[in-house]
Amino acid sequence: MRIGTAKQSYAHDESLFDTRTQWVWLGLLGVSLLLFPFVVDDYWLYLACLVAINIASATGLNILTGYTGLVSLGQAAFMGLGAYTVAILEQRFGTPAVLNLVAGGAVAMLVGVVVGIPSLRVKGLYLAISTIAASFILHFVFANWSSLTGGTGGMTVPPANFFGIPLDTSFRLYWLIVPVALTMLVCAANLFRTRIGRAFIAIRDRDISAEVLGIPLLRYKLTSFALSSFYAGVAGGLWAYFFRVVTPESFPLMMSIFFLAAVIVGGMGTILGGILGAIFMTMVPEVLKLIVGWLPLGSEGAVILSPVRTIVFGLLIVGFLIFEPLGLQELWRRVRRFFHLWPFRAQG
Amino acid sequence: MDWLYLLEISLAGIGSGGLYALTALAFVMIYKATKVVNLAIGEMLMLGAYLMFGMASNLGWPIWVAIVAAIIGSGIGGAIVERLAIRPMLGESPISVFMVTVGLSSVMIGLVELIWTADQQRLPEFMPSDPIMLGEAFISPKLFYGFLVAAALIIIALVVFRFWRGGVALRATASDQAAAYSVGINVPRVFSLAWIAAAMIAAIAGIVVGSIGGLSSSMGVFGLSVLVVVIVGGLDSVLGALVAGLGIGLLESLAGGYLGGEFKLLATFSTLILVLMIRPYGLFGTHEIERL
Repeated sequence: MRIGTAKQSYAHDESLFDTRTQWVWLGLLGVSLLLFPFVVDDYWLYLACLVAINIASATGLNILTGYTGLVSLGQAAFMGLGAYTVAILEQRFGTPAVLNLVAGGAVAMLVGVVVGIPSLRVKGLYLAISTIAASFILHFVFANWSSLTGGTGGMTVPPANFFGIPLDTSFRLYWLIVPVALTMLVCAANLFRTRIGRAFIAIRDRDISAEVLGIPLLRYKLTSFALSSFYAGVAGGLWAYFFRVVTPESFPLMMSIFFLAAVIVGGMGTILGGILGAIFMTMVPEVLKLIVGWLPLGSEGAVILSPVRTIVFGLLIVGFLIFEPLGLQELWRRVRRFFHLWPFRAQG
Repeated sequence: MDWLYLLEISLAGIGSGGLYALTALAFVMIYKATKVVNLAIGEMLMLGAYLMFGMASNLGWPIWVAIVAAIIGSGIGGAIVERLAIRPMLGESPISVFMVTVGLSSVMIGLVELIWTADQQRLPEFMPSDPIMLGEAFISPKLFYGFLVAAALIIIALVVFRFWRGGVALRATASDQAAAYSVGINVPRVFSLAWIAAAMIAAIAGIVVGSIGGLSSSMGVFGLSVLVVVIVGGLDSVLGALVAGLGIGLLESLAGGYLGGEFKLLATFSTLILVLMIRPYGLFGTHEIERL
């Protein structure tokens, strides 16, 4: 609740952003996103695209894990489905990019619903492990259905075509990836103000109670799986356009853990958490690379970089779970609260 | 149908199944005592094997000393992990604790790669290498002795937990925590004990697995098969862990022998999904009744 926001109409009460300050900041953010590609170099553009893709996928996982309380370790495999769908459509038929992305999302969604079926009988960790199983089976399909997926060698993806302009550089792709990711974010933010989103939250808090209240668990759990894997599929499609090579090894279990870690580090069950977590987890390896580069290690540096990255990754997960289970968004909220209440003191 | 081939493959499968059963026992021990689903079990295995490798190859200690030191070292490691990472999570949701173990596994992989690099390593030989013939079927000696070690250890563990005071305390804690407190059992110490014992068992399994298949930082994948074993057997059932361990070992070996190596994981994970669909709490697990 913000100070000085007396809501006088229902429209105002329902709006996603309710103060002028918020709109001003949002406007500034929009402008900076528009200007961003013109002022930075290729490396930053590359990172921006990667972050946007990860935000889309992490938000999808957040719908499932953060809001519905169903843990999934199959997010990377669903991204793989989207990526393969996009790659096949683009390579074989050359259909428009946006259509391919939607198709990628749809394929991932269908498989997601199938994978979600065990969630009706099993919960929590059993479910997490059955999603691991699903992701291994998908990996097997990617690697062995050679006629469709190109086997272990994978496939190359031609650049997306947008009204005759090939989207082959980070600069051009930025204008595809970032708007798509933003649209998905707005949709997700709105989802939790609808009947469906509320039902998800009720299921997360106590699924039996939710059922007693008249929420059909079957339908809503599968809907959550469908939405989450749709997000993953679209993100995977963007991933395919971005890296332009899709192999079965591109989507390892480690990547699923990465997204789960991003959601946890950012803060489960908030849209902002998914965004912050994805940005943070994508940037940490780059920052580590910088730090290791500064240290006087010489050629040793390159050797220790990858293990150090793995260790820091694990420590971040453990550390956030123990010391700040609400994640980065809680830190952000505290900082914001300080300024809201200034010059008075924020409690807690 | 080549019966000899089938027999040999089945024997190999039962051999590796013994190792699955052993590791699954370590897993179930932690789960029963502390209700933690430990995804890092494969990495604990790996760490034990690497400790032994470090002491035997890098420091040049005699092999048996190295093995004992590695087991003790792993036990200490288990205690540290429990105290620093698991204890603060008491009372948190099981999913958070599960994710802590995921993070821990990543830390362990990183540590191993940092110290020993990500390259494949070979453990020094310490098991007799004469071929073992069972009738006409040939069994790889390492697998055979590995199975013997696993079987012996499982029996020792079961006996210890039946008759030793600490073992009784552990079982008491597993069946009812509040009741265990009220009869004067130091429950937090039981938690430590479970982690230490599990880490030591995992280290032994790791040394055997490492001497059969070599060491690498991706050895933790073994843990995924163990995860399947415990889910199929039922998370909280020792009997389930043993039966499912042998079963999954056999299945993997048959799938690998007749369909090709890439079908191994496919077979185990398909079984997992099938079991989850039919008996969501595993073959021998207890079906928890939820109350509002």
